Amino acid sequence: MRNLSLSKKAMIANVVATAALMAILPSTAYAAVEGETAFIFNSFSFLLNGALVMWMAAGFAMLEAGLVRKKNTATICLKNIALYSVAALTFYLVGYNLMYLDVTGYIGTFNPFWSPDDTAALAGTFEEGGGYSSTSDWFFQMVFVATAASIVSGTMAERVKLWPFLAFVFLLTAIVYPIQGSWVWGGGWLDAMGFSDYAGSTLVHSVGGWSALTGAIILGPRIGKYAKDGRVMPFPGSNLPLATLGTFILWLGWFGFNGGSVLALGSAASVIEMANVFANTNMAAVGGVLAAMAATQLLYKKVDLTMALNGAIAGLVSITAEPADPTIGMAIMIGAVGGVLAVLAVPLLDKLKIDDVVGAIPAHLVAGIWGTLAVVISDKDATLITQLTGIVAIGAFVIVTSTILWLALKYTVGIRASEEDEAIGLDKAELGLEAYPEFGPSM
Amino acid sequence: MKLVMAIIKPFKLDDVRDALTAIGIDGLTVTEVKGFGRQKGHTEIYRGAEYAISFLPKVKIELAVKDDMVEQVMETIMNTAKTGQIGDGKIFVYDLNNAVRIRTGETDTDAL
Repeated sequence: MRNLSLSKKAMIANVVATAALMAILPSTAYAAVEGETAFIFNSFSFLLNGALVMWMAAGFAMLEAGLVRKKNTATICLKNIALYSVAALTFYLVGYNLMYLDVTGYIGTFNPFWSPDDTAALAGTFEEGGGYSSTSDWFFQMVFVATAASIVSGTMAERVKLWPFLAFVFLLTAIVYPIQGSWVWGGGWLDAMGFSDYAGSTLVHSVGGWSALTGAIILGPRIGKYAKDGRVMPFPGSNLPLATLGTFILWLGWFGFNGGSVLALGSAASVIEMANVFANTNMAAVGGVLAAMAATQLLYKKVDLTMALNGAIAGLVSITAEPADPTIGMAIMIGAVGGVLAVLAVPLLDKLKIDDVVGAIPAHLVAGIWGTLAVVISDKDATLITQLTGIVAIGAFVIVTSTILWLALKYTVGIRASEEDEAIGLDKAELGLEAYPEFGPSM
Repeated sequence: MKLVMAIIKPFKLDDVRDALTAIGIDGLTVTEVKGFGRQKGHTEIYRGAEYAISFLPKVKIELAVKDDMVEQVMETIMNTAKTGQIGDGKIFVYDLNNAVRIRTGETDTDAL
């Protein structure tokens, strides 16, 4: 359950740390952190880490802007800032309460317009562990929703129409994401079963990945991507420095994503845990990059920068389900396996003629599944069966709901830009402008 | 008068220009072009998919010369642009009927 009460492990560590401190300084009376102090640090962690996660939206925007062709750059930038805004809006409208308010097992409460309740803290009463400002929690959970939606935009870039895409994002973030989120972080049935997903390898990344997969299949590949004789025709990205910057921004934001998911900063134990999470998050990305580089060198005789970037993301996604428990060495290996899986999944999707422009399905879905299974390596309480149950249950739920949503949109308003619009580029067709007007013709 | 047009490898442009200046050529026009010859093209791999680069980037230089300079110009370009590898390019020579320097109105060889 994703609330502030410290994990059992952290509580024990807290007691041990206190005893050790008392042994070293016998003459100094040890004072536990006061409720209000813990409240302040906990809320501070939510706010600052949440702000870091918000910045991941910039990372996705730059990564995707760099990997699409020049003629679709402005559109993908617009989709990214729009989807972030839509996701934040829906989480305020219904999302948070559907996910966290009085979860019955399978769903929270439909109670529109989330509002804070800080009466206890304002009256000077602090729960065990200190608690936190309720808006700081809302803010932190809100920025996660946008991440799931960002994954979809990258896969379906260069041919999906703007408004139908945003309609999908609205429904994904208002209904699909909060319902499955309530099963675990809201304290629902998967949480009760013991399914463990620390910061959302499955709940956030795979959910985005499944939606992207169903969307890519229903939408179809970009014109000319797959030749009649079965050959894959690559459309190289238009700006690899931007794609690289985007990946670095995501890497930075991930410290907030996983680090903030400690959900506390009001004790030595929680600070120690957060430090472990930061280090493991970093080292998993390191493993992902180096493994993806080695894999492309061996497979293709040249290192592929875009795959190294996917490797970083895959490493980060892989460690997201359990960034606290592994040793640094284990974190590197977990990330490295994720990086190799992403490299192998890219040509596999092409074989199936599923056109994923930025490699979001390999990096978020494939690595997300791997990361969720890898929890059992370091967390002795987790079992392969419960982890698989969570992966399959959430996967099935998102496949079914997103398929219904995409098909409904396809047969009502249509989701695909016309052939002519796709050829001239969505920037001119939908926005009437070019991202780089002075860099020559936009073909 | 002749117009010498040569397609060369882009990284040889500065050498060719210096060598031509050294034998007294006062001007030439450069264009970035793409094309293929015996070198055909080559394949690259992007995200696991092989694709053909069927047109390679080259540089086209054009210069107008007096008839008695043609041999020397061709030789100079050949010597400086040559790497011995496939794809070094080609030289073409056209007859040139007229030339005018716009600023002064000088014509033909006076305009070169």
